[in-house]
Amino acid sequence: MALLEIRDVVKTFGDFTAVNHVSLSVEAGEFFTLLGPSGCGKTTLLRMLAGFEQPDSGQILLDGQNVAGVPPEKRPVHTVFQSYALFPHMTVAQNIAFPLKMAKVSQADIKARVDEVLDDVRLTQFATRFPHELSGGQRQRVAIARALVNRPRLLLLDEPLSALDAKLREDMQIELINLQKEVGITFVYVTHDQGEALALSHRIAVMNKGEVAQLDVPETIYSYPNSRFVADFIGQCNLLDATVVGIDDGKMKLEIEGVGIAEALPVPGAKVGDKGTLTLRPEKIRLGATLPAGDGHEVHFKGKVHDCLFLGDVTIYIVELDNGTLVETMLPNAASGRARFFDDNDQVELAWRFDAGHFVLA
Amino acid sequence: MRNNRLAKWLISGPPLLYLLLFFAIPSAIMAFAAFRFPGDYGGLLPLMNVNPDTGKTELLINAGNYADFLTLENFTRFFQEPVFFELFLKSFWYAGLTTVICLALAYPLAWLIARSPKKHRDLLVLMVILPFWSNFLIRVYSWMIILGPQGYFAKSINAVLGVIGIGPVQLLFSHFAVILVLVYVHLPFMVLPLYANLEKHDMNLLDAAQDLGANAWQRFWRITWPLSLPGVWAGAALVFIPALGMFAVPDLVGGTDGIMIGNLIKQQFLDSRDWPFGSVLSIMLTLAVLMLAGLATLIGRGGKRNAL
Ligand SMILES: Nc1ncnc2c1ncn2[C@@H]1O[C@H](COP(=O)(O)OP(=O)(O)OP(=O)(O)O)[C@@H](O)[C@H]1O
Ligand SMILES: [Mg+2]
Repeated sequence: MALLEIRDVVKTFGDFTAVNHVSLSVEAGEFFTLLGPSGCGKTTLLRMLAGFEQPDSGQILLDGQNVAGVPPEKRPVHTVFQSYALFPHMTVAQNIAFPLKMAKVSQADIKARVDEVLDDVRLTQFATRFPHELSGGQRQRVAIARALVNRPRLLLLDEPLSALDAKLREDMQIELINLQKEVGITFVYVTHDQGEALALSHRIAVMNKGEVAQLDVPETIYSYPNSRFVADFIGQCNLLDATVVGIDDGKMKLEIEGVGIAEALPVPGAKVGDKGTLTLRPEKIRLGATLPAGDGHEVHFKGKVHDCLFLGDVTIYIVELDNGTLVETMLPNAASGRARFFDDNDQVELAWRFDAGHFVLA
Repeated sequence: MRNNRLAKWLISGPPLLYLLLFFAIPSAIMAFAAFRFPGDYGGLLPLMNVNPDTGKTELLINAGNYADFLTLENFTRFFQEPVFFELFLKSFWYAGLTTVICLALAYPLAWLIARSPKKHRDLLVLMVILPFWSNFLIRVYSWMIILGPQGYFAKSINAVLGVIGIGPVQLLFSHFAVILVLVYVHLPFMVLPLYANLEKHDMNLLDAAQDLGANAWQRFWRITWPLSLPGVWAGAALVFIPALGMFAVPDLVGGTDGIMIGNLIKQQFLDSRDWPFGSVLSIMLTLAVLMLAGLATLIGRGGKRNAL
């Protein structure tokens, strides 16, 4: 039985539907992420799990028990709030002891468990400081420690790293993964940062306009998005309008208007005549002045360089195809001393394996 | 650099001058007066005089002989007659009770205003300070009419009491009347700082507390109340100190039994014209308030960094 099961939950505010028929389940010990653009209903869903909002319809089951009507203070679910929400009049240790006190844990046990969790988040020497005497990253760790100390069945994290700068965020991501492994508590993690979601999660539910657009492991979400929205939202992706012109032999032929024919893996449900999108990651495209045919890169197009962006480890080349479509590609700068292989307006050739692109109908 | 310092003096100069002229110097005069002898016809025993015959100003005392013009007699009197100490105690009791009642009434009110929709808050605050639009004395006189034996309020209370066999009570000119009117007069001074504090509270903290297992009472007692203490202290000071020195209210609604230390001080200066003793009373009152404030600060500081 799944630890958490959300069944067909709907939540509306007035005539606005914030969460629309969401169903999903989370296994015990999982690091599960809700990913989606701003306003797609992530926080609303989380608040329903915590008990601050009630679903209009549908059920939320925790350990098989329907939690409808159970107030937040009675749910074995703790939240790490985006704003940290540390109690400013309490020291770090007092903040962390708070949930234990509420649960009427004995004074001696409180001391032991606070010390233990302070050690887990490496804040032992800050125990007697007040929140305003801490850095952003330290505050974040206090908030996580406070939510973890009473060992909730489920830990909810609402964009916990969004207030930190990029470098600190990366460090905290690694800490979070380790912490989650160590304590073995199930995490439901909310973010609108796709990189963070891919790096941290066991599974990701991509949300759009209150609905789950795709739910899968990060690798699948990245390589086989099920819709134009998911492909576009996760990472960099080329989106080429395409029409199915033939299916045979485990391959699908796609007409890319004004450019030519591309091949791709067949997709269930696609038939000849269907219009859709060929999604193609920049790093899966080969780029060269001339590319020999038949080295396994079955799809072959010509174009000219439109823009170059030097990023340090890689250089991005935007290539303009014959019909004016812009395709993003990249070349790593690792092996050679050169950082630039082409200049604007150079004639180049593009090629990719037939299974590198992924066709989506929607 | 120099301009900066000049600007500082120019900005702080006028208020400093004002405080010097109308607070520091008068306080010093009063402190000095507390050690002098009362004059034969009130005021202070003069230190110098204009000789009517010669028209020259003469010193009436031997400046080297302090005992001629300085005395501890006024202080001795204060400490020897228990009636003054009792009046002090009573005034502190009245002011303390007023503060506690104001707090009990103002806290829920301030909380409700702070939690009401933003667009209504200003209007609600305006209603709290509305009484200030009429004169203070008029408001106290209104209470005299309400509480007076001919008023409907007193009549209906006595009618009810009559039914259960308790004789008619006098509402006006009683301890009850003093406390009631003191509370009425000072209530806004408690509401405003409390509201200013409560309005700033971060609602996320209450959500966090609830999420971590705190019920409604625990959320109030562990989060809202401790965070509102600065407002509570500010309100308490704004109510307690003026209430302690109040003389108009006990004068008008307190009768003979209801007087407070403020009435005695006023009496010394205006009726008995014993300025030295009036000064002693004022100084003792100020010292008592300062000691109380110091004590409160110490207690507040001590409680802050306690263990888990
Ligand atoms: N209490 C409320 N009353 C009315 N509308 C609300 C309320 N709470 C949320 N909404 C609306 O519901 C939608 C989803 O909000 P939610 O906070 O869940 O988004 P989110 O996915 O968490 O976005 P973000 O990434 O910006 O935090 C938003 O359009 C928001 O305006
Ligand atoms: Mg949100």
